[in-house]
Amino acid sequence: MQGLRSLDPGLDDGQGLTLALPSTVDPPGGAARAVRPGRRLDSWLYRHPWVRLTGLLSAPLFWLVVAYLGALFVLLVSAFWTVNTFTGELVRQPTLDNFRTILSEDVYRTVALRSVAVAAAVTAIDALIALPMAFFMAKVAAPRWRHWLVVAILTPLWASYLVKGYAWRVILANGGVADWATGGHSPGYGVSATVLVLAYLWLPYMILPIYAGLDRLPDSLLEASADLGARAGRTFRSIVLPIVIPAVIAGSIFTFSLSLGDYITVQIVGGKSQLIGNLVYANIGAANNLPFAAALATIPVLIMVIYLVAVRRSGALEEL
Amino acid sequence: MRSVRIGTAIAAAGLLALAGCGGGNGGTKSPGGGLKPPPVAKLASLGPGEGQVNIVAWAGYVENGSNDPKVDWVTGFEKQTGCKVNVKVAGTSDEMVTLMKTGEYDTVSASGDASLRLIYGGDVAPVNTDLVANYKDVFDGLKNKPWNSVDGVAYGIPHGRGANLLMYRTDVVNPAPTSWGVVFDPASPYRGKVTAYDSPIYIADAALYLMKHQPDLGIKNPYALDDKQFNAAIDLLKKQNQVIGEYWSDYTKEIQAFKSGDSVLGTTWQVITNLAQADKAPVQAILPDEGATGWSDTWMVSAKAKHPNCAYLWMNHIISPEANAAVAEWFGEAPSNRLACVKTADKNHCATFHAEDEAYFDKVWYWTTPVEQCLDGRTDVKCKDYAAWTQAWTTVKG
Repeated sequence: MQGLRSLDPGLDDGQGLTLALPSTVDPPGGAARAVRPGRRLDSWLYRHPWVRLTGLLSAPLFWLVVAYLGALFVLLVSAFWTVNTFTGELVRQPTLDNFRTILSEDVYRTVALRSVAVAAAVTAIDALIALPMAFFMAKVAAPRWRHWLVVAILTPLWASYLVKGYAWRVILANGGVADWATGGHSPGYGVSATVLVLAYLWLPYMILPIYAGLDRLPDSLLEASADLGARAGRTFRSIVLPIVIPAVIAGSIFTFSLSLGDYITVQIVGGKSQLIGNLVYANIGAANNLPFAAALATIPVLIMVIYLVAVRRSGALEEL
Repeated sequence: MRSVRIGTAIAAAGLLALAGCGGGNGGTKSPGGGLKPPPVAKLASLGPGEGQVNIVAWAGYVENGSNDPKVDWVTGFEKQTGCKVNVKVAGTSDEMVTLMKTGEYDTVSASGDASLRLIYGGDVAPVNTDLVANYKDVFDGLKNKPWNSVDGVAYGIPHGRGANLLMYRTDVVNPAPTSWGVVFDPASPYRGKVTAYDSPIYIADAALYLMKHQPDLGIKNPYALDDKQFNAAIDLLKKQNQVIGEYWSDYTKEIQAFKSGDSVLGTTWQVITNLAQADKAPVQAILPDEGATGWSDTWMVSAKAKHPNCAYLWMNHIISPEANAAVAEWFGEAPSNRLACVKTADKNHCATFHAEDEAYFDKVWYWTTPVEQCLDGRTDVKCKDYAAWTQAWTTVKG
């Protein structure tokens, strides 16, 4: 994540030019002839910085505005439509019915609260596990081992999500490994199993930002603190914590939002429980009620916006 | 050069957006009185196959030997017709309707709770039965029924029919159940190990149970429920939720759960029992005393089929005596072709599954889409439609 920042191209130093025009690379063989028009274009663009900037930004801006924000906009608009329940055709007449149903039926509040609780629990568990691990990686382990530890943290991300999910289904099954290891007290399928598996799945996303945050903490600060007579606890509170808190919050943005939107894990190990994602999925896949699904999907969007606004002040967004 | 390419991209995206806005006409009136399906032409004559066919089907309907080398009625079809079969297995009727709406698929094995929605949604075309040579051998009791035709126009080829069964672990469930009561008992000794089908249509199973055990509710048809009857069914399901371990719609998940013992009792299809038994799970399936919900399936052709000829060839193949017998035995249902009965490996198959026994199938309530106009003929009350069923199902799961 730090690496990304060093790639920041700096539009004013002329490097953007070469990035924006990969197609002006000379064809092999005809090099001598092709140089002159390329040069001319170069100098023309040099004299017109505005064209340069447009050429560089129009593709990503197109993606951001049309594909990304456009999709969100369509989602919001369709939340006000309804569906003919018999034929499944969209009825494009704006109405608040979907939101009225969501607010008046208890079940949607229950499921939304359950989803937030699951996401919060996953985040808390991940933070508790990630903090000592990241500290060990950044400060205790020998420098030549650090890269290998990062590799070890990242390796599980290469395995398919579904494979890991179904592996946990087998582990948690009746008479499975979890039963054997706990003497028959496996959590079984349910909300606690969902929290457990999600915490496992998203752990790397918590470790990496904390590791990056701690990596930036100079050892000399820790030594200075010790020289001035602070014990481990005081050093942790006054030196490490202020640096690591924004990193934890940065990691929590990943774990919280990923958990909030998840619907597959809970289908595999969640027993009979359901989260917001399942309701959205059921309304698209089973009920073919896209507008109602869109209305439901605004709940996690709203929760995440509130969360991001709340953490913005902590400086966590600079840690990403 | 760059900007030209971007300009092209913007233009292309604009065209796509326009094309996206163009769809969605036809059939938007409410169901019932005087509604006509959108006009869709049927295939006039059969041409050569297009080389492939995309099928949406129930698990076990399109087997190419990958589940069991002996169970294969696809490879021969592919060799014979040159139509490569691509199958998408759907877990619920709702999923089938959604998949067919994409227009990516040529044919579907639709149950009664999907077929009418597909017809009135304009997603399927009428079927030219003259082009399906084996249609003449289909039981007359299955032809031109309310779930596969409208005003005498056939919209599909009958595939077969059967009942949703009650499966249990023989080593755990004792005594062996004879009634659906065991899955609806809030004080069940199998608490946390009961499973149920994860679809709004499962509400009909509760209604069927109430129909037999609470006659004062006056339920005549489990798919025609007025407010009071509907609420009684939902209450029963909410009580049942306390003993449920998990709901299933993915049949592999149910097999695994019964095999490990996470589920010991619940709704199933015969094919799931077969697969679980093949996996050495000690399970048995029965048709309880109350009767059961069930299905009568129909092969339908998409209105937007890209491979209509291969779809017709497939429909003719799947109801041919050999294939129809094989699929009926594998899935555990009654075949639709009367000549299939002599082709089954178990010569009693047609008797066991009551292939010609219309009196038996009177006790099986085929999946049907609930609509506002009560299906049991009552006109003094309004019944709950499928949208209400869908939202209620969410509240049942909590």
